[in-house]
Amino acid sequence: MTARRLGWAPYALLLPSLAFLALFFAVPMVRAFGLAFQDADGNWSLESWRTMFSDTEFREALVTTLLLIVIIIPVQFAIALAMALVVNARLKGAGFWLYIYAIPLGISELAAGIIWFAIFTQQGWLNSILEGLGILDRPFIFLNYQNRGWLIFTVVMAEAWRATSIIMIILVAGLQGIPRDYLEAADVFGATFFQKVRRVILPMLRPSVQVALILRTILAFQAFAVVLALTGRGMTVLASEAYRWYSDYRNPHVAAAYAGFILLLSVLSTLLFLWLLPTREEQFR
Amino acid sequence: MTANVAAPSSERRRRARRRLLGRVLLYLGAALLALWVLAPIYIITVTAFSPRSVVYDYPKHLIPREVSAETMDFFVNSTGVLPSLWRSVQVALVTLALSTLIGAPAGYALARFAFRGRDTFRLAILSTRAFPIVILSIPLAVTFIEWGIYDTIWSVALMHTALALPFTVLITSSIFVSVPRDLEEAALTLGCTPISAFVRVVLPLALPGLAAASIFTFVLSWNEVFAAVILTLRERTLPALILAAITESPAPFRFAAAWFMAAPSLIFIFLIRRYLLGMWGRVSR
Repeated sequence: MTARRLGWAPYALLLPSLAFLALFFAVPMVRAFGLAFQDADGNWSLESWRTMFSDTEFREALVTTLLLIVIIIPVQFAIALAMALVVNARLKGAGFWLYIYAIPLGISELAAGIIWFAIFTQQGWLNSILEGLGILDRPFIFLNYQNRGWLIFTVVMAEAWRATSIIMIILVAGLQGIPRDYLEAADVFGATFFQKVRRVILPMLRPSVQVALILRTILAFQAFAVVLALTGRGMTVLASEAYRWYSDYRNPHVAAAYAGFILLLSVLSTLLFLWLLPTREEQFR
Repeated sequence: MTANVAAPSSERRRRARRRLLGRVLLYLGAALLALWVLAPIYIITVTAFSPRSVVYDYPKHLIPREVSAETMDFFVNSTGVLPSLWRSVQVALVTLALSTLIGAPAGYALARFAFRGRDTFRLAILSTRAFPIVILSIPLAVTFIEWGIYDTIWSVALMHTALALPFTVLITSSIFVSVPRDLEEAALTLGCTPISAFVRVVLPLALPGLAAASIFTFVLSWNEVFAAVILTLRERTLPALILAAITESPAPFRFAAAWFMAAPSLIFIFLIRRYLLGMWGRVSR
């Protein structure tokens, strides 16, 4: 009734959002490509891309970014799935567990990076605890700039701590959509807990897993404050390079090239996940 | 699995014992996961509230020997911290106001009207999430320099609004969907205009959800650092100030800063805990 009488109303309600997103989302996006494909005098050129690809830090930043994503995401999914199963198990105080596990959702990359720096630094908490337990007899240098393996490990820990919450919440929302009958049917057939997870829960969770994977990967490509807070300039990722080229070298063109490259990787990974995990929606409705 | 209807009592007892063991393991797992989330928060709290000399002490003590506000005091009174803190609050409030004013009407339109282009708009909003902040910040910095609002709270707030808006639209739409349509139509039948029906019936029912969405937007802005550090130079927000000086600032400063940035999350997530699943469940579908 309302819809027919006020045919223009929905469009009027959408207009402010559309205008704002056009001005502050679409235009900058186009402009980013303009910046990346122009030189300082405004002529079209591939100069910035050449500078980026031949920069000594580029290869390292790319490898580190990809390595971090490949390690972090499976770790996060394992922890998030465990948390989601706990929340969904209807323990006493289910809301309490959900709250605790969701706390890192409101903590920034930067704060998480510093918190884990306090843990991993040479005179830090982890060394205190390991020495106290007699596992180490002197402090171990986790944040050793010579040893990329350990640096990556510390970033993985910090990111697994901070950014798992969002996956957990998407998975819990997905779990609640699984009809109880299915799990009860599995019980009747004597399925063990792990069989239920593998044969019933994970296949049913596929759409949620897909969304969480896409979202987390896109966000992981942008992570840089956590790397900076933990390793200083000891390790670099693509987003750090975009920041460095803009802030330290005052070169928005190369910075935009880095940003464009990150966008390209984000889009590619999204397509990859859509292709790897096709969701047949009708199956679930 | 035994097909006997009357299982021997020893079998039944064994199964009961197994179920109890499963329960115990489940609570143990839940507690371990909670420890994983809470331990770093505990550690940074103890560190931030130790005297400055103790921050450098080694080994650390899990139970603090001395609680003091000295480190916190040092942080808060460091040059630039209080003004940037105030700026962060202003930016977050402007972001919250702008994205609600602009986004909530679109959310309402998506929830209540069937109109041509509805699915296209929804898809366009969803797809904005595939674009990293990195790609928006650099061209926007150039634009804001031209507009003369670079290095002000407005540039950061506009950028944050562009980031938050898609979420606001989707979240508010899911909140308005959950307000029964019948009530609104009853109000219309009883002589309300569409606007007064919205203000008197829909708004009061949607208010808690809208408040939760606002808190979420506030947190997003409060935590955001990449755009903030690119779009400011002197007028830093708190995370931007800390990030820009991260390699030079003393450890106690950083630890107190991390606590200051992370601690509000305990309250924010507590306030919106009931809405988390609804927000993310719907957003991810």
